[in-house]
Amino acid sequence: MPRTILPIGPYHPLQEEPEFFILTLEGETVVDIDLRIGYNHRGIEKLAERQAYDQITFVVERICGICSTSHPFAYTQAVEDLLSIEAPPRAQYIRTIVAEGERMHSHLLWLGLAGHFLGYNTIWMWCWKLREEILDVMEILSGNRNNYAMFKVGGVWRDIREEDIPVVMKKIDSIIPTLEKLHKAVMDDPVIHARTKGIGVLSKEAAIDYCTVGPTARASGVARDIRKDCPYGVYDQLEWNMIVTHNGDVFDKVAIRIGEMFESIKIIRTCLSQLPGGDIECLVKNIPPGEGIGHIEAPRGECFHYVRSDGTNRPVRHKIRAPTFMNLPTFKETVVGGAIPDAAIVLAAIDPCYCCTERISVRDTKGQTVYSGEDLIKLSQKKTEQIKADMGR
Amino acid sequence: MGILDHAFLKSLWVFHLATGSCNNCDIEILDCFTPRHDIERFGMQLTGSIKHADVLLVTGAVNRQCIPRLKRIYEQMPNPRLVVAIGECALSRGVFVHSYNCPLPLDHVIPVDVYIPGCPPRPEAIIAGLIKLIEQKKNPKDQPQA
Repeated sequence: MPRTILPIGPYHPLQEEPEFFILTLEGETVVDIDLRIGYNHRGIEKLAERQAYDQITFVVERICGICSTSHPFAYTQAVEDLLSIEAPPRAQYIRTIVAEGERMHSHLLWLGLAGHFLGYNTIWMWCWKLREEILDVMEILSGNRNNYAMFKVGGVWRDIREEDIPVVMKKIDSIIPTLEKLHKAVMDDPVIHARTKGIGVLSKEAAIDYCTVGPTARASGVARDIRKDCPYGVYDQLEWNMIVTHNGDVFDKVAIRIGEMFESIKIIRTCLSQLPGGDIECLVKNIPPGEGIGHIEAPRGECFHYVRSDGTNRPVRHKIRAPTFMNLPTFKETVVGGAIPDAAIVLAAIDPCYCCTERISVRDTKGQTVYSGEDLIKLSQKKTEQIKADMGR
Repeated sequence: MGILDHAFLKSLWVFHLATGSCNNCDIEILDCFTPRHDIERFGMQLTGSIKHADVLLVTGAVNRQCIPRLKRIYEQMPNPRLVVAIGECALSRGVFVHSYNCPLPLDHVIPVDVYIPGCPPRPEAIIAGLIKLIEQKKNPKDQPQA
């Protein structure tokens, strides 16, 4: 059968962000997929190396507008690991509340967009209407709708006021009935069942082989969650469940995200009712030479930051690994073999975030080869020989 | 104002273009189309093809890979066309001003009609900016207040 190539992107109406998929088709079946990215690359790792430690929280916040808590959270964890300090308990609680609020708005956003991809705009409108309530909560708590600017090394910038807590509790209580309605509507809908059940299946073995993280892994039965496996914040002091399903199809990914929203509500409510008093930041003095890692469970999976310091006020190296970087290669498993109409929702099912992912750039421009370490050593030795010869030794 | 202009300003169709943004402005744009803000009451609608669009909403610090594509998309737009720069990155590149991959601000690449500042601008600000654009096109003599 002749093969056709179907380009999707880089600017496609269904995509929020610019990215370019090349689908190879045989009839209606996808037989291969290739991906070009780089439309979002802004060189944040390099930018971070010229900022002071306090400024970097604001730079990493702008890696991604949806994960604007995850990246500062992981970064502050990394620097605190480097400093061997811990934020005070009240700050840990505030961090957890903000992180869970972000998880809720991110999952609702994805659920809405998934409905949009299926041609089901009612779900899009419902989810985003509900999401506004959560953004209101976040605005009360942090003063901002999206970039919360709450995190600093050693604590948080802004305290939660006592008089805000009942208002927030009331708002969160008002979200629950709508969310339950939405849950039932999505789970019972025959159209959604037909479009998502058995579509884009990622088996448990494949999920492990591809090292998937977050909801993508948990939908395939891999019980991995940094909040349970390597607790940070106050997750180890709270009662909550990790949601795991076993089919690995798009429907399970929807179910996992809805389930996690209910857990998030539970966590926020407990945190707000148990919020301890005390300081919200601890004193940070000089940053010693050394290295630190921080990893947290972002809405999409594990978000990893590595910071190396040489004792100055700027890091020598700041490495970021976003969750989508690990989940993207599963497209080879999930999209290939399916039909074109399903490709859009399967591509969206891992909740890809390209502006998070585009951290690494390997350049090989017009005939210039990228030197390996050995080549550089050889060049350096050659130059030394040359200098020696010039100096007449 | 001719009948064409009159009809044009009654139903502006927008096309959204991200040129290396952080998703935040893009989500706030989409937020304008959802029930709480509902920009459709001003006749605006998100369109899938640039060839159907009247307004180009650009977000993001324009990066090297996007510049040629941005120019090509702008050239494909039918006249009359309007360009709105949304967010700090599109205005002045924001925190990415020193990045090696963001060489030019947006208005050095294509002409811009309205600038909406903010990181990200609230949906209300985006709506206000677009309404100002319509008002200004209706009465070109009234210069907008600084």
